[in-house]
Amino acid sequence: MFAPFMQDTWITAGIVAVIAALVGFFVVLRAAAFTAHAVPNAAFAGAAGAGLVGVSSLVGLGVFSLGGALLIGLLSRKGRHDAVTALTVALMLGLGALFLSWSTEYAPEIYSLLFGEVLGLSSQDVTTTAILGFACVAVLACVYRPLMLSSTLPEVAEARGIRQVRIDLLFLTLVALATTTAVPVVGALLMFTLMIGPPAAARALTRHPAPALTLGVLLALATVWIAIAASYQTDWPIGFFVGVISAAWYLLARAAAAVFRR
Amino acid sequence: MSAPVISPMSLPAPGPAPDGPARPVLEVEQVSIRLGGRQILDRVGFTLRAGEFTGLIGSNGAGKTTLLRIVLGLRGADGGSVRVGGKPLTRRARGVGYVPQKIQIEHDAPLRARDLVALGLDGERLGPRLPSRDRRDAVARMLEAVDATRFADARVGTLSGGEQQRVLIAHALIARPRLLVMDEPLANLDLRAGQEIVELTSRVAREQGVAVLLSAHDINPLLPVMDKVVYLAEGRAVHGRTDQVVRSEVLSELYRHPISVLRVDGRILVVAGATVRAEAFDAGERDVRADTAARPAGLPEVHAG
Repeated sequence: MFAPFMQDTWITAGIVAVIAALVGFFVVLRAAAFTAHAVPNAAFAGAAGAGLVGVSSLVGLGVFSLGGALLIGLLSRKGRHDAVTALTVALMLGLGALFLSWSTEYAPEIYSLLFGEVLGLSSQDVTTTAILGFACVAVLACVYRPLMLSSTLPEVAEARGIRQVRIDLLFLTLVALATTTAVPVVGALLMFTLMIGPPAAARALTRHPAPALTLGVLLALATVWIAIAASYQTDWPIGFFVGVISAAWYLLARAAAAVFRR
Repeated sequence: MSAPVISPMSLPAPGPAPDGPARPVLEVEQVSIRLGGRQILDRVGFTLRAGEFTGLIGSNGAGKTTLLRIVLGLRGADGGSVRVGGKPLTRRARGVGYVPQKIQIEHDAPLRARDLVALGLDGERLGPRLPSRDRRDAVARMLEAVDATRFADARVGTLSGGEQQRVLIAHALIARPRLLVMDEPLANLDLRAGQEIVELTSRVAREQGVAVLLSAHDINPLLPVMDKVVYLAEGRAVHGRTDQVVRSEVLSELYRHPISVLRVDGRILVVAGATVRAEAFDAGERDVRADTAARPAGLPEVHAG
């Protein structure tokens, strides 16, 4: 599994893990796990639709991730956030089903879109993933303080001139960016486990924001790399391993935190 | 002593501060707002000077939070103007620190008291920030000033209400604002914690020369520290020193209903109804009871017990 053709897989998955953990830190801080579940569903519809109109699936992923995220953000301003998110999930899954029924793709490709596929990534994917990943990290570094302030003291942030609406939309754009990068690797249905599991586990273990971010990244890296190795050996879907390992980190971290608090 | 006049009539300027007339930190003029067909604020006006501690007093629904939100620039008004340090209100941070009534930070959020205070320094700025000794020292000094050093490294979400208030005060004051706005800081605290917060706010604000505007439904916890009061009722406000404002005839005019102000054991009781007024100041051993039957809806029965 360390053959040259696997090299890109390890790198791509690594970039995906870093982005998912960094954005995931804020997803957990803002209690936006449901949103992190909804956006990849939109991405799935986008990827399914991309084949129909003859564009690359990455374009479909990006457009639909961003569209879904902004739809949630704009409709939530004057409506119930959870209802808006749920209806977005439903709409996007419905569209995905429709696009798939029209498409001529083979079942395995659809399956990998939902549950992830690491073995078929080309070298072009590494470059694209790296560019998207760099953009994601750059944006996060730029907005770290306002995002942190509005995630913890929203009213105070607003009083200091940070517009809640703008920060919300920016955050949703970051989720869409992370999703676009990650869905081809880990799949639409399990993307959000990578965003939630490692950061949630990290925050059970540390009180400081910076170590929590770092630990989240390390756990996410461990998650995807272990998942690749396990998937390679067993031929089971990588999404299964990502989901199980992410959840395992969280349970272990909670258990460790409980023991240390004694 | 000139009796204060209820807005919308013109208000007499509050007496000069002991150390000479300081420039107003906050000027609220003729602020009006209608929400849902109800006049919440009707030409409310008052000024705050540097270092003054002002209590914004009113019962629930009197418009205290709405007024604070207008002062903070979080919402607009139908009319009137708000100036901070002589400049009209804009959306940018304008030298106003804000302590919200409640915060919702989960108990396991990876954020120490120290981190939250550090965000107060420049949390609205873009771009990466490198840690520095100056910043760490500034945060440590601020935590010390609000007596929060011993829980500086605890998660904010695990702190008690009073401890969180201290951290929020430090967060607001570390940016050196001219005005500190606090929305009902005593609402979720027990009496002792509330008293500590009031005294601490007064002390730190005086040290830094910051004007404080603190809203509360009970005037009594603020009596030891309050320089001025803005009393809000029926959408109108009356502003002045406590002994000028909290008087039966002033509040009766404000509420447009007979009100009795009783002073018992150094505390103030505001009671609806005029029947006790004559007995109010020699209440002593007598059974003081308001004519509650005459109390219209929305009037506070008793502000403090």
